Amino acid sequence: MIALAPPTQVPRWVTHVLVPVTNLLVAFVIAGIIIAAIGEDPFKAMKLLVLGAFGASDLIGFTLYYTTNFIFTGLAVAIAFHCGLFNIGGEGQAYVGGLGVGLVGLAFSGWPAPIVILIAIAASMAFGAAWAFIPGYLQAKRGSHVVITTIMFNFIAAAMITYLLVEVLIQPGQQAPQSREFDANAWLPFMHDVLRGIGINMGQSSLNLSFVIALIAAFLVWVFIWHTRWGYEIRTVGANQAAAVYAGISPSRNIILAMLISGGLAGMVGINEIIGVHHRLILDFPAGFGFVGIAVALMGRNHPLGIFFAALLFGMLYQGGSELSFDIPTITRDLVVVIQGLVILFSGAMEHVFRPHIIAAYIRIVGGRAVGAAAE
Amino acid sequence: MTGLETDVATPIAEAPPALELRGIDKWFGPVHANSGVSFAVPRGSIHGIIGENGAGKSTLMSIVYGYYQADAGQILVNGTAVKITGPQNALSHGIGMVHQHFMLVEPFTVLENVILGAETGRILAPSLERARAELERLERDYSLEVNPDATIETLAVGLRQRVEILKALYRGADILILDEPTGVLTPQEVDQLFDILRALRDQGKTVILITHKLREIMALTDNVTVMRQGEVVANVKTAETSREKLAELMVGRSVLLRVEKTVATPGAEVLAVQDLSVRDGQGVRRVKGVSFDVRAGEILGIAGVAGNGQSELLEALAGIRPIESGSIRFKGTEIDATHMRNARQMRELGMGHVPEDRQRMGLVVSFQANESSILGHQDNPKYTGAILMRQSAIVADVAEKMERFDVRPSNPLLRTSAFSGGNQQKIVLVREMDQNPDLLLVGQPTRGVDIGAIEFIHKRLIAMRDQGKAILLVSVELDEILSLSDRIIVMFDGGIVGEVSQAEADERKLGLMMAGERLGAAA
Repeated sequence: MIALAPPTQVPRWVTHVLVPVTNLLVAFVIAGIIIAAIGEDPFKAMKLLVLGAFGASDLIGFTLYYTTNFIFTGLAVAIAFHCGLFNIGGEGQAYVGGLGVGLVGLAFSGWPAPIVILIAIAASMAFGAAWAFIPGYLQAKRGSHVVITTIMFNFIAAAMITYLLVEVLIQPGQQAPQSREFDANAWLPFMHDVLRGIGINMGQSSLNLSFVIALIAAFLVWVFIWHTRWGYEIRTVGANQAAAVYAGISPSRNIILAMLISGGLAGMVGINEIIGVHHRLILDFPAGFGFVGIAVALMGRNHPLGIFFAALLFGMLYQGGSELSFDIPTITRDLVVVIQGLVILFSGAMEHVFRPHIIAAYIRIVGGRAVGAAAE
Repeated sequence: MTGLETDVATPIAEAPPALELRGIDKWFGPVHANSGVSFAVPRGSIHGIIGENGAGKSTLMSIVYGYYQADAGQILVNGTAVKITGPQNALSHGIGMVHQHFMLVEPFTVLENVILGAETGRILAPSLERARAELERLERDYSLEVNPDATIETLAVGLRQRVEILKALYRGADILILDEPTGVLTPQEVDQLFDILRALRDQGKTVILITHKLREIMALTDNVTVMRQGEVVANVKTAETSREKLAELMVGRSVLLRVEKTVATPGAEVLAVQDLSVRDGQGVRRVKGVSFDVRAGEILGIAGVAGNGQSELLEALAGIRPIESGSIRFKGTEIDATHMRNARQMRELGMGHVPEDRQRMGLVVSFQANESSILGHQDNPKYTGAILMRQSAIVADVAEKMERFDVRPSNPLLRTSAFSGGNQQKIVLVREMDQNPDLLLVGQPTRGVDIGAIEFIHKRLIAMRDQGKAILLVSVELDEILSLSDRIIVMFDGGIVGEVSQAEADERKLGLMMAGERLGAAA
């Protein structure tokens, strides 16, 4: 007869699949109620949303184009989180990263394409990292909380780039605050062009090679966090600072390192947007991707694989949502934002509402029975 | 339920027991924390409840005090079945509790603390006056002297505990439950507490003492209930049992309570500390100019009541806390305020460190056990290549260590938090010992560790000493200091009160020193 069983650990599929799927279902049920309340058929809307995201090769392309941005910002939030930091400055870091990409695109006219693109990628990371370095340094050395400083740096970044585009980088003779178009050698190839080269036909979309870069980044982040000693040290600082000091691991060094990597990843949004799609520096291209990255990381449980799936979900919501509001005009763009907001609310902010109940229910059904059997 | 050895005594004939538990059952999810617990506590007796961590003592008392509801079973107070819904309700049945961590408002006076939550009327003055009269009567009856007008922050720990007892008595407690009451007391304060508890018993009160210390059970109680894994394994009269027998009942096998060791043969000096001063995180100077040395092949014990600078001393030696002034010489390397070494550098010099608080510092409880097992050694080429860590080598290495130190379950992939206190401590210990350090700093090696593991850990420390290594042992458990150390220094208020050899040390002498009395270094 046993009395004290070791504390039950619920299997991973409960916390990593069942919980997020439940959160998602609740979000969609509530979204469905709202759609029904304005007199539209929620099932039809749902079908249009999914078809709008995956119904044709060009639509899939647009979905994956959004997914690319969410992978970068989700990874950025995750790596800071592993060091115990809540970097909500992905928006500003993406913006400044894009500035770096834009400057390379403008400055390196006439250079061979692979070199310009590689320099642009390096610049996106360096500029984003530099923008995250200041909050990271202030947190590490002065204890200024990154939540406060990173959000302030979002505003500073926006103001700075507006100034640069209006006063410095604006195309002469133009009214719109945007730079001139880059020479074509600075363009990252579109995926439909790449695929046509190997005989695959894909509809035209914004999807470009950045998607592949994002997948590589996700893999490298996974290796870094769980298979290198730098990742080990970052995780130790994030989990228990006293233990880190005990082990001779410097918390301040690792806080700065984590913020640099985080900012660099967020800055890579600039690759996708600036040399991938717009081919010029424009205003407001991060468009909230940095903030949604927080929800992506939370939903993906700060694991690159989870982040990929969460990013795909939000890519679907963005792309399918715009198709939906196009097909059913009563479901306006704003209502699509409401649906996205509900998903963020339930999978991000209210993540812990259902979680304990689902785990308790699992233990009651499965765990309780196991102990009962052992006691007989 | 089998194995109940004898029934409990009944000092007052025919009276129903003050408290009786019948078949208490409590589940937490799949964990059966209490299983069919039954025993009776006679009125006017001191009843001990002993068991290892996780044996279900605290859960049981939380049920009696109304924090939890039992899933099954009955509680009888003075022969009447009652349902206890909460602490207020427990008090109305005459059950009071003195917690391990005091619940006092520090800037308030003793009197204010005593009436806190038991004020009557809208104006405070009359109830204060009534309380003062009542308090004086209680103090007189039970020789519980405390100045009612002293503020709590000016009182020593032992006196604060008296205030807690007074609080319970003021609220009409007839049955007083004390949860590990001696952890923070000096031996002299423990004696005084025991006198008070005996006085309470002689006046007809019933006292229940929860502890894991066999010595206290033997010294104080009339009857004792032994718990193991949520069940009562024995109800015995204290006079009819022995420490060895109780230990065996607690653990479920026979254990060696005394450490066997030979006389030390100290070699060369390994560590010399000179006029060392250290401040804590708040900037308060906690170590005040201490000097001592540790030699190869000996265990130097540092005794003292918790909070007298031992923790800060240990952390400064380990390279975790900055030195304010003074110096440390470790194997010929001079370390002082201008030449500091961090924890990594101290390890490289050959120092191992088992920190006082394994959960806060020695391990990362959310990590897998194999990850916690390389903490501080993550740079070791055995564990990491130029870029990638050698994951399979780490797991294999940790599995071997777990085997050797009998860590259960011996699964390096389990979360660190899934291991019991004793097994977590073994993970830390094997990690630090295996680097073959010349000096091992050990803080509270057996805090929250069950008896079986204590025996194992003590043997390992002695074996390490016998290999010619130096060990600096900090412990608040006097028994541990006395049985392991070759020399003992006593810290009080950041300074060293004195040094005694193991041969001339005894509990009384150390107790006086721990209270700050200088005996002089007895020859």
